[in-house]
Amino acid sequence: MLSLRSRSRQLWSVSKLALASSTHLRKVGDPKRSMSTAYPVVDHTYDAVVVGAGGAGLRAAIGLSEHGFNTACITKLFPTRSHTVAAQGGINAALGNMTEDDWRWHMYDTVKGSDWLGDQDSIQYMCREAPKAVIELENYGLPFSRTEQGKIYQRAFGGQSLNYGKGGQAYRCACAADRTGHALLHTLYGQALKHNTQFFVEYFALDLLMNDAGECQGVIALNLDDGSLHRFRAKSTVLATGGYGRAYFSATSAHTCTGDGNAMAARAGLPLEDLEFVQFHPTGIYGAGCLITEGSRGEGGILRNSEGERFMERYAPTAKDLASRDVVSRSMTMEIREGRGVGPLKDHIYLHLNHLPPEVLKERLPGISETAAIFAGVNVTKEPIPVLPTVHYNMGGIPTNTYGQVVHIKDGDPDAVVPGLFAAGEAACASVHGANRLGANSLLDIVVFGRACANKIAEIQKPGEPQKELPKNAGEKTVSWLNKLRYADGDLPTSKIRLDMQRVMQNNAAVFRTEETLKEGCQLINETWKTFERVKVQDRSLIWNSDLIETIELENLLINACITMHSAEARKESRGAHAREDYKTRDDKNWMKHTVGYWDNGKVRLDYRPVHMNTLDNEVESFPPKARVY
Amino acid sequence: MSACSKLSALVRRTARNPNLSFIRATSTAAESQSKSSTASRKPPNLKKFNIYRWDPNIGGKPEMKTYTIDTNDCGPMVLDALIKIKNEMDSTLTFRRSCREGICGSCAMNIDGCNGLACLTKIDTNPSKDTPITPLPHMLVVKDLVVDMTNFYAQYKSVEPWLKTKSPPPQAGKEYYQSKEDRAKLDNMYECILCACCSTSCPSYWWNPELYLGPAALLHAHRWIADSRDEFTNERLAAIDDEFKLYRCHTIMNCARACPKGLNPGKQIARIKQLEVARPK
Repeated sequence: MLSLRSRSRQLWSVSKLALASSTHLRKVGDPKRSMSTAYPVVDHTYDAVVVGAGGAGLRAAIGLSEHGFNTACITKLFPTRSHTVAAQGGINAALGNMTEDDWRWHMYDTVKGSDWLGDQDSIQYMCREAPKAVIELENYGLPFSRTEQGKIYQRAFGGQSLNYGKGGQAYRCACAADRTGHALLHTLYGQALKHNTQFFVEYFALDLLMNDAGECQGVIALNLDDGSLHRFRAKSTVLATGGYGRAYFSATSAHTCTGDGNAMAARAGLPLEDLEFVQFHPTGIYGAGCLITEGSRGEGGILRNSEGERFMERYAPTAKDLASRDVVSRSMTMEIREGRGVGPLKDHIYLHLNHLPPEVLKERLPGISETAAIFAGVNVTKEPIPVLPTVHYNMGGIPTNTYGQVVHIKDGDPDAVVPGLFAAGEAACASVHGANRLGANSLLDIVVFGRACANKIAEIQKPGEPQKELPKNAGEKTVSWLNKLRYADGDLPTSKIRLDMQRVMQNNAAVFRTEETLKEGCQLINETWKTFERVKVQDRSLIWNSDLIETIELENLLINACITMHSAEARKESRGAHAREDYKTRDDKNWMKHTVGYWDNGKVRLDYRPVHMNTLDNEVESFPPKARVY
Repeated sequence: MSACSKLSALVRRTARNPNLSFIRATSTAAESQSKSSTASRKPPNLKKFNIYRWDPNIGGKPEMKTYTIDTNDCGPMVLDALIKIKNEMDSTLTFRRSCREGICGSCAMNIDGCNGLACLTKIDTNPSKDTPITPLPHMLVVKDLVVDMTNFYAQYKSVEPWLKTKSPPPQAGKEYYQSKEDRAKLDNMYECILCACCSTSCPSYWWNPELYLGPAALLHAHRWIADSRDEFTNERLAAIDDEFKLYRCHTIMNCARACPKGLNPGKQIARIKQLEVARPK
């Protein structure tokens, strides 16, 4: 290992050289600063570019490398810092290691969990691919927990049943104790290292580079390390940028879950689908918001109200504490509303694990035992954990088909492909989760659709294929936008506007919604968006300007938040995570359709596209809608 | 009334509306808890944080800048304090953070003389004692508390952290079987979050950061050596059987004290050394 550090410094200076010889995009706008703020731009050309290095991004990048594509993976975080790392419970696949199992049963559960808003062709694809995907991860070296026979251990998880809901609880969730996301992300990063995938770490992607024909030709990104701008030209671009949980005040999501890819797509005039469906995880730690895995209930944990009652027996007689997340979150909220919450303010619920054998806690739930001790001061072997439904996951995102290709409505075709653009993971809406995601289906989603993107690209493109030139002014608008934000000199700090937005979302787009809260929410979020004009950025530098980055992230969050609120206001029914008190039931006649929200110059425009009720082939029949009871 | 104050007035008003308040019972509870600490009107507990500041755009010598915050109006962890400072006092303060629950490893720094994750380190609320916060020791500083991790990551890559096998799984299309006991051998290693608290607390690593692999990379080396599925155990041992790469560990054991996940890299290095002795050469 020859002086790695000097090598890194040397690389840095090489890129400085490259800066000097590259084309210069002069900033438009303030002429006083035109000299000091000319932004040098470095140009790159790759077969494919992946934005984001969580599970979906890494799996796509690995797949592309395997197919021989010259691939760049651009990420604002070092790969193992991505939020996939925080997933705990596991990954669903009908491996049949615990009982007999069938991917069709898994598909049925997922369709039912989605409240029939999921696209059944995509769900079929995901569930059928699941066993292969999990075995592949094991073969990569993921340290799964094991059964006595040495097979991958699978635990019970919410909303999972056998034999199309008739065979009782399924044990389908493959896990590595309660650190499955961590183990998965580190395993995938190892594979990416093995394939020598080219990473651009701590590069913040700003915008898609779209041409006039509506094709995506890559992205433009800011290198935090030296403040340089980079245009990545690529035949295919994969957005795997995760969710936008931070639009809410209390979320299990990381600070970095700011929906950047969603906002990039929205700014490029592409729609975002089903954003009104925001999952509240039943068990976030009260106050801190840290996640306590559903696996804790899968291993036998029980939710109790102030009377010590196992109230889930009333709401979901069969599945009880393992009903799907929207059901459990609503039940908890009802208990609190009716005065049976715990604590001095009677505003949360207890999760009991203290009846479980200490060995089980130690072997299968060590991570959350530690988290509960640190963030709630609770010894899980003796005391219950104070929990509360907490924003956790965005079912909606950039609409894609079964192969990860981004789609939009064009000339009356609701499934028109956007050439050159793909999306996977929480950023995407395939839509496999519909109105409500089942626990342990998201780790599955990321690996299956990350891989699907790579496979589709391999099908339609060859390594080294010639590419169209970028339009001469590609990225110019982005540079002037960046410059405007960098010198933003209003009277409101980023943190103030962010807090306003988070309060509005938390208050007005909560577990239960009404016309009143949503109408008001639309008004408030529009006003919050307007105040963004008055943002003030204090840090004017370019190297690691986290003030500027947080401001860009805030704009990204605001775009997501606005579309979420307006989509929710428009949907006059209750379905999955979208629970309206004034429209208490699901309305398949009028609302079995995906919302698509566009961002038109600071205003939200809504449209709708049909749900795919069809399956891919005759290996399974479509599941017609019926009442959803657990 | 400006648009902004109108907005906050609206938010305040709606929060008081009794018809809506029940709907928000859960959604605002997280907020009300953090408020309740202030609502009970504890007298402010003013605490000083001395934070290392260096801006590459300005250059010059780094300085320790003092920020005073009321710990009764702040979350319990050092990261909460840093975010409060960034939000309310000085938005130029730069540090890495992401998950805020000790699993992503972004916010490693030196707090009160010890390496740790800001998100898992409780604020010492004693107002008579200042808390110094500096970047991870002996790392190149990029800006403020952000350090250059290039060398650390390259060392991680050098131990080839992926499963290497010579034969396919016994049953095609199935997992490699592994007994519960063999799987348990990976415990206390696979949990590593690559935060670099251990390596950057090690005097031996400070002395030879490019030649000595350091506790984190060696812990990962052993994680794959100990994996019953891996078939390159001997090659892995041979690759690190080096005076510098491995044997610069002098069992100082700062690594074990620094690890925010409670792991003991020193112990894993000792195991590697034992295996090296027994290795057929």
